[in-house]
Amino acid sequence: MVVPLSWYLFLAAALFGIGFFGVLARRNAVAVLMGVELMLNAVNINILAFWRYVRPDDPTGQIFSIFVLTVAAAEAAVGLALIISIYRTRNTINVDEIDLLKH
Amino acid sequence: MSETFFNLAWLIPLPTLIAFFLIILFTNQKKRLSSNIALAGVFTAWLLSWTVAFIAFFGAEVVVHPFDVSVPWIPTGTTMLSMGVMVDGVTALMLFMVGIVLSMIFLYSTGYMSFPGFVEDILKRGSLPEEEQKLGEKAKKEGLDPLYSRFFAYISLFATGMLGLVVADNLLMLFIFWEIMGLCSYLLIGFWYNKKYPNPDQITPSQAGLKAFLTTRVGDVLLMTGMIFLFILTGELNFQAIFNPETLHHLSEATVTLPIAGTVSWAVVISILIFWGAIGKSAQFPLHVWLPDAMEGPTPVSALIHAATMVSAGVYLIIRMWPVFAITDHGHNPAVTFVAIIGTFTAIFAATIAVAQNDIKKVLAYSTISQLGFMFAALGIGAWVAAIFHLIMHAFFKGLLFLGSGSVIHGVEHGHHHAHEHGDHGSHEDEYFDPQDMMNMGGLLKRMPKTGWTFIIGAAALSGFPLITAGFWSKDEILADAWYTNNQVVFWTLAIAALLTAFYTFRAVFLTFFGKPRTEAAEYASENVSSMTIPLMVLAFFAVVLGWIGIPDSWTAFGPAAANPVGDYLGEMAETYHLHYEALPFLPIPVLVSVSVALGGIFIAWLIYGRKPLQAGQPDPLVRWLGPVYTLLKNKYYFDELYNLIAVRPTLWFARADYWFDRNIIDMIVNTVGRFGRWVANFTRKAIDEWLIDGAVNGTGLVANATGSVLRLFQTGQIQQYLLVMLLTVLILVGMAEIIF
Repeated sequence: MVVPLSWYLFLAAALFGIGFFGVLARRNAVAVLMGVELMLNAVNINILAFWRYVRPDDPTGQIFSIFVLTVAAAEAAVGLALIISIYRTRNTINVDEIDLLKH
Repeated sequence: MSETFFNLAWLIPLPTLIAFFLIILFTNQKKRLSSNIALAGVFTAWLLSWTVAFIAFFGAEVVVHPFDVSVPWIPTGTTMLSMGVMVDGVTALMLFMVGIVLSMIFLYSTGYMSFPGFVEDILKRGSLPEEEQKLGEKAKKEGLDPLYSRFFAYISLFATGMLGLVVADNLLMLFIFWEIMGLCSYLLIGFWYNKKYPNPDQITPSQAGLKAFLTTRVGDVLLMTGMIFLFILTGELNFQAIFNPETLHHLSEATVTLPIAGTVSWAVVISILIFWGAIGKSAQFPLHVWLPDAMEGPTPVSALIHAATMVSAGVYLIIRMWPVFAITDHGHNPAVTFVAIIGTFTAIFAATIAVAQNDIKKVLAYSTISQLGFMFAALGIGAWVAAIFHLIMHAFFKGLLFLGSGSVIHGVEHGHHHAHEHGDHGSHEDEYFDPQDMMNMGGLLKRMPKTGWTFIIGAAALSGFPLITAGFWSKDEILADAWYTNNQVVFWTLAIAALLTAFYTFRAVFLTFFGKPRTEAAEYASENVSSMTIPLMVLAFFAVVLGWIGIPDSWTAFGPAAANPVGDYLGEMAETYHLHYEALPFLPIPVLVSVSVALGGIFIAWLIYGRKPLQAGQPDPLVRWLGPVYTLLKNKYYFDELYNLIAVRPTLWFARADYWFDRNIIDMIVNTVGRFGRWVANFTRKAIDEWLIDGAVNGTGLVANATGSVLRLFQTGQIQQYLLVMLLTVLILVGMAEIIF
């Protein structure tokens, strides 16, 4: 039983939306990073769906997806490092209070 | 040949003018040098004038054909105003007189202008600025007046005026020099401008100068009017051109209708206007008031201006303009009658006042006025030659008398200082001592013999002492002419005036020189330096001898002296003007009257003042005998007060009224305009500048501020918000893309 492509795409879109909502609406900086992870994973599902259903013989899709995963991991590490640094100076990780860009 | 010499006449006014400029510009600080320059100038002028005069005397054609040269000066439309010189018989005589009299007076001034007493008081008070105080001290050490150089500059300028007037060949040039003399008169009368008197009613020199100038101005304005009319009618101001028979005829024919007088010929109008100039300058009634007060000036000034030269200028003008006066169309000429009336009246009017004066210079001042009246009276009865003769003689002996009085005053002043230095201060320290008051004199003949005898000679000449003095011959000629032309009123009035003249003159002589000194100052008086006494002696010589050139032919007892050169000389000239001159026969009655009047006056003076001279403190017997008349005479018939009331006060009132008008009305208008301008400026500032322009500028700023405040709110610094905005933007853009495509 083959599931139609659109189902994967809807799933990816839904995940992306949830992730984006998390980025926008969560106060905790770590939660924001979790939302970013979700968005990245949703994008990954999208890439793999298109690979499997449109051009399964080409390894480009798989390689691209591994790139994204790697970058996501690196970026999560860096992001957490930043949050720890911010916490050390400002003693908070509430994104509402990190508004130095205001100036 | 003589033509070339007459051209010297151009140079005659020049040396003294150069002296004036040199002194003013360069030598003001060096006193003696200044007076030497002035003396050099006037002696040069004397030399030049006597050269021209004597050549004119002995080359008699100039009498009938005057030498007249002129250069065009100002073109005026169709005519030309010129500057020129004319030499004729009258010019020659005047030059003769003016040359020597001016020189003698200049010489006298070098000795007279010593350090004046009143300046010492001013120096002692120490109220002067430092530099002036130093100048004063220096002058005191030199023994000369602090303003010595300026005096000589002024009298040099004055000499220029007189000499230029005498050689002038047209009315305009004459008038210019006339005015120069008027200016110098003002400057010289007010020479001691700092002098003040304790009595506030007594006129000060600066006031007297102004009075002289203003009074003669009245006459000068009328003279100018006459000149203007003359120019309008004839287009000429040159004497020779005016005296052209056609021109004269034209003047007498042209008539004008005046309000009261009816239809009169222009010649009469012009003559009377010109005569008013002479009335002012020669101090005749009613413009006589300035001359006695002009005695405030230094005595050489009085001699120069008010005896010998300036007042003679008035007579000279009328003598020059006589052909215009004498045009008789109807046989009876109102202008000539007017001259005679004024002259005769003034002669006796002034003589009566002189009787009651105690100031020696004032006696001489009124005497001058009176003698000038004699000259005008002579002209008025047609005795042109006699008038000229008396003018020349009078200049000599009146100049002598004034210089003599100055010498007396100086002597008394020295005596006053001497008396002070020798201990007796008494109560006289602060009292004002008047060295000119004859009541303070007495017995000066022994102490000042040269002055005394020359003064007596001058007085004798003035009184017309018979036979040996010049005054006798000239006055006798006037009286003889009056008798001969049957002018009885004039004759007897002048005779009485002559009697009074002799009386007051010798009253002055007896009071001053005879008897015992009435004050200490007179006791210690001393004779003066030779620079002052030599001119006295020279003038005394002329006062005696000069008359002999005018002895009429009819006095055959005098043989050759009776050739009457003056009479013949001037007589020829008179003929060219169509004035009838004839040598008078020997008329016994006028001679008798003349002699008795002169000797009688002297005798009466001797009776009252000479036989038993007045003692110190004794009042003048005239005061008791004449009573209220004496007061009237002493106060000069109150004419000064009258003029003050009718002329001076209204003028001052008018001046103050104008001042009030200017301050309150004119200034009010000006200030209102100013205030209106300020109001407009303020309004503009508030309404436009503040409201409009500042509003726009500030408004722009406010809008920018508000916009910024609003837009700033977007910058929260919160990343989630920025991301939300991004999402919205993308949705909108996609939606727009959907709609459009």
